Amino acid sequence: VTRLLITVLGALVCQGALADDIPAPLKPGAGDDVTSANCNVCHTSDYIVMNSMFLTPDQWKAEVTKMRTVFGAPIDDATAGQIIAYLAAQYAVTAKP
Amino acid sequence: MRRRDMIAGAGAASLASPSVAAESTRIPAGLPDGTRDVAQFVNLPDKRRLLRLTDRPPNYATPIDVFTDVVTPNDRFFVRYHLAGVPSAEDMDDWSLSIGGDAVDHPVRLKLSDLLDLPSNEILTVCQCAGNRRGFVDPHVAGVQWPDGGMGCAVWRGPLLSDVLKTARVKQEALEVWVNGADKPVLGGTPPFRKSIPMEKALDADTIVAIAMNNAPLPLLNGYPARLVVPGWVGTYWMKHLTHIEVSSTPLKNFWMQAAYRVPAGMFPVQIPFQSQATEKTVPITELVVNSLIADPLEGDEVDRSGFKIRGVAWDHGSGINRVEVSLDAGRTWQDALLDRPLGPYAYRRFILETGFMRPGTYRLMSRATSHAGERQAERLKPNPGGYHNNVPRPISVVVT
Repeated sequence: VTRLLITVLGALVCQGALADDIPAPLKPGAGDDVTSANCNVCHTSDYIVMNSMFLTPDQWKAEVTKMRTVFGAPIDDATAGQIIAYLAAQYAVTAKP
Repeated sequence: MRRRDMIAGAGAASLASPSVAAESTRIPAGLPDGTRDVAQFVNLPDKRRLLRLTDRPPNYATPIDVFTDVVTPNDRFFVRYHLAGVPSAEDMDDWSLSIGGDAVDHPVRLKLSDLLDLPSNEILTVCQCAGNRRGFVDPHVAGVQWPDGGMGCAVWRGPLLSDVLKTARVKQEALEVWVNGADKPVLGGTPPFRKSIPMEKALDADTIVAIAMNNAPLPLLNGYPARLVVPGWVGTYWMKHLTHIEVSSTPLKNFWMQAAYRVPAGMFPVQIPFQSQATEKTVPITELVVNSLIADPLEGDEVDRSGFKIRGVAWDHGSGINRVEVSLDAGRTWQDALLDRPLGPYAYRRFILETGFMRPGTYRLMSRATSHAGERQAERLKPNPGGYHNNVPRPISVVVT
């Protein structure tokens, strides 16, 4: 028991920040700034790039809607429209394979 | 040179280990192009050489070559968070575990020393993310695009959850145990990550509150200082940084139980049904399906025509592995691999097949496990929107020279 406690204490001093790599930037295009600004509040842009290129514009729209309605992202309709248009233009496939 | 290649190269040079034949340097083929673009092998403060999928919230996969062994070392164990508010070790300084809810008589708050005073149990068990191998589902579905390494197997030690619950005197009407960890959402409007398990699984003689992992404290990113260990069930129930337990007479109603982590009713038969969370159409994803993985050789390796060893692991929800077959011709013919002795029903079971002489050329290797319960890996993925339970045999291409 004492040994475990000592190792627990030892672990406390060697914790630090996560790796400080810069997250992957989004592709340049209309709406890239508003997309990163809003999405990066909760997650890095890696989440967007990781989920490409296989979602349709409608599926991207559903993802943005889920972020607003389920996860409580404070994004108004106009901003959401810009984000959806950006994701559809840069990270969507046109039809489901 | 791209940043990813640089980091992968540096890692391979400085971290080469004599006990490991080869370390994965390639991003697994079959993942979406975008995933292959962002994924990179990285080192973290108490983790080394994991495949980074996303850094905030942190999601890191264990490379395939680690699975030549039954026990996954703590510094190679995968990391999965839903929410970016990951606690620091300092945040856990005054850690305690509260046990309350409408189905206990005597709410209590336990410290780490209280957990150490309870009888200790040890279990060697696989922890696997429900979405493991989602990245290979065809067509791809949205979510964290896990390759094979959203899983690991460790020796977990701590008191039984049932002994922990006893301290609060559980009432007869208890239906579910609700659990909650110290990781937090960024926004107030995001549902906190809370999960529940039915009483039958909570009182199971294998369900523990782990305060040690492989005989060491849990790494911060694996739930330091205490996490729930629910053998045979997918990782979503293994609450990290466990801080609150509520024993309840009613089902937990939130996004994480009612909308996420669900599969079509009847599609994946289970031993212990989660009745209080079932609807006519869907049920929570719970028990692992039988599965296996070839960890050596690796995709793209060159192997010698005089013969080589095919090594890997197989696992299921706890009935144990009865048989592993290996194919050298993309699944047309199969032969039995040798099985290592079982190290417990929930642990990886190692298999090995020595090929003997082979003609030069390209071969597609596959493995296929069967459990003691008679379940065999699926030939095709059972279609479910989350891309869960992907246990279709994975072909590995090697070149015999």
